[in-house]
Amino acid sequence: MSYASTLPLSAKKIARCRSIARSIGDVVADLIHANSTFGTERAVLRLLGFNGALQKDNLLFPVSNFMVGQLSETGRLEDGALYWVANALMTEKCDVPALEQKILRGQLDLGSLPELPSKQVDKFAAKLAKDSFDRLIRYRKQRDKIRQRQGDPLKKGRPLKYVIVATGNIFEDVIQAKSAALDGADIIAVIRSTAQSLLDYVPQGTTTEGFGGTYATQANFALMRQALDELGEKEGRYIRLTNYCSGLCMSEIAVLAAIEGLDCLLNDAMYGILFRDINPRRTLIDQHFSRLICSVSGIWIMTGEDNYMKTTDAVESGDQVLASQFINEAYALNAGMKKSQMSIGHAMEMDPFYEKVILMETARAQMTRQIFPEAPLKYMCNTKYKTGDIFFSHAVDTIFNLIGSLTNQGTILLGMPTEAIHTPWLQDRTISIRGANYILNGSLGLSHELGYRSDGFMAKFAAKVLDECVELLEKIEKIGLLKAIEKRYFAGVSRTVEGGKGATGVFPVDRNHYINPFFELMGSKI
Amino acid sequence: MPKPVAQPDLKNLRPYGDTTNDGAVQFSFTLPVEPGPKAREAATQLVRKWGFFDVKIAHMSSAGVGYSFIVCFGRTELGVDFTQIVVPELSNEKRTYKEIDSLIAKEIKRPVKVVGACTGYDAHTVGLDAILNMKGFDGDIGLERYKNFRCVNMGSQVPTDELIDRAVKEKADAILLSKIVTQKDIHITDMQELIGKLKARGLSDRFILVAGGPRITHAMALELGFDAGFTIGTRPSDVANFIYETLRDRAKKKKG
Repeated sequence: MSYASTLPLSAKKIARCRSIARSIGDVVADLIHANSTFGTERAVLRLLGFNGALQKDNLLFPVSNFMVGQLSETGRLEDGALYWVANALMTEKCDVPALEQKILRGQLDLGSLPELPSKQVDKFAAKLAKDSFDRLIRYRKQRDKIRQRQGDPLKKGRPLKYVIVATGNIFEDVIQAKSAALDGADIIAVIRSTAQSLLDYVPQGTTTEGFGGTYATQANFALMRQALDELGEKEGRYIRLTNYCSGLCMSEIAVLAAIEGLDCLLNDAMYGILFRDINPRRTLIDQHFSRLICSVSGIWIMTGEDNYMKTTDAVESGDQVLASQFINEAYALNAGMKKSQMSIGHAMEMDPFYEKVILMETARAQMTRQIFPEAPLKYMCNTKYKTGDIFFSHAVDTIFNLIGSLTNQGTILLGMPTEAIHTPWLQDRTISIRGANYILNGSLGLSHELGYRSDGFMAKFAAKVLDECVELLEKIEKIGLLKAIEKRYFAGVSRTVEGGKGATGVFPVDRNHYINPFFELMGSKI
Repeated sequence: MPKPVAQPDLKNLRPYGDTTNDGAVQFSFTLPVEPGPKAREAATQLVRKWGFFDVKIAHMSSAGVGYSFIVCFGRTELGVDFTQIVVPELSNEKRTYKEIDSLIAKEIKRPVKVVGACTGYDAHTVGLDAILNMKGFDGDIGLERYKNFRCVNMGSQVPTDELIDRAVKEKADAILLSKIVTQKDIHITDMQELIGKLKARGLSDRFILVAGGPRITHAMALELGFDAGFTIGTRPSDVANFIYETLRDRAKKKKG
């Protein structure tokens, strides 16, 4: 028996998990290579600068949707939206804003424009893509500079405090976000309206109504970003902003987030498939493009493994969480992403009344830390066992904060005393942040002082989860990820390859004439 | 002899702090003004205005930009007559899934069909899945795994009309409506929509209507026209038992 600053975990088994996850990633790579989606093509258009909207039946209809519609109706989409934009810019002899105006006014149909020789078009398309890519890099550099100037709380060596705002009204959200930041929050997440993940377009403009959250729009991103930048400048402390990059517009949201300077995006390999019933192929293809954009824009992806524990017992589903973390990592590596940008998710979701639950939770948090050493881990508070008893809830959150600090998590998603009652009120957030400030400050450096028993309960619990994860990944490898999802391997939910929303937005491409130079520019491994 | 503790006054039931009938209440709230002597006085006056006395501001501090967070205490004389309180309650009978399955086989003599959905914008299927999915909740298996339940889980963001169409098509015995999001009382609006549309289609008494969600009470569900409302902590067997009992009672009524 001995004590060490880390849990004894088999390096061989961890390596085995990584190698299986990589092979699972390869299968998905084939799928991505052979297909594209409406969402991905719209994201390409947005990268090129087509972010306007068309007034139609009193609604703002994004021009990118309109353009993909024109191309798809005439069978031209399989060459890639970029190709036909390049063709149009050459035939019309105009720039992107002028072309957008023509389309918005209904004066031009991409589907019926005469076609120029493909060599010329290809060459011009490559230049357009390069310009757009360079623009993204400029945004990134600008953001890095602001972060450095204002002072990055990441350097303090304690978990970042992440809180949500969810009023449904972006202007009210700004008030709540500024208050939270002043109280000590490091990351502000603007919760999205529940309907948005299933919308096949990104709404436009600032919004003041939503259900359980605020619509993610470019204008809303810009408004919140500006407010947090101003506050950060005044306080001398950079405040990160995050939103949701999931659903049918995953990659488009990534583009808008990159343009508007968001720091993180919640982006998970399987969340949309399992919990929003979005077509698996659509999700995986869109996701790859969204991760390429995040990767080059310096945006952290935050994965959603915490969700698996909501429908299963968290004591028993550790293997699913860990397996998914390896898969998320493999997909992100396919997109050329640095490990320091992978905010791998997990959560404290065990029943608080289990005996030794605090030991089990600490073991899980610590093993996650050790298995993904470079990742700014995203650790989520307990929500499943919140009952409306705000006082008990606060006690659970305090232990959560302590485990987060003890195991050096990158980000802790602070629990709210009023979880399970309503979206947080101003005072709920204040109380929550106050508690976290106390714990994080008071326990700074604690992880370097204590050790784990080599033959203790926690070491055994961690080893068991790792063993089960190897088994689970081996089973998934044997039948393939999509089949595994169908067979309820994750969260007890079954989804089929052809089923789910957005399946019709997937189309096969022949890479000999389909063009999307962003893949190469952004360092895709696919 | 120590003094005996006074009995609670059930005719004028009030909160209990540390002395029977003291009417003690704790509050916490935010005022949209900076903390300070004026905010403290404003909070005191407010709580007095609500009918409390002995108002003590225990804590006041700044919450974010321009708000004060207040914790305070007060006492009230206002009570309710507990002896007159009436609340509709669900049957307390607890049965295991095996018992329910065999009772259905014996008394209903055919599988029971249920169709469940989260309607409107609600994308949260946690509650619905906990009741329907095989796995169930809290060690209690879901309705899908019962031998004598046939379940259709339509998932999230289902239009009300589609839910009704499906229930008709499946010849369902019961419709399960799950509502989690409550912003702007959207759960109530969506519950009313189901009742309204069933009525418009002449299907008011066709199905057993069960609502579930963290902010749903049985009384409120009854008021809206449902047969039952289940809240947090409900196990699949509670729902299964309610559907079984209702079917059994309805069959008896028909015969009788």
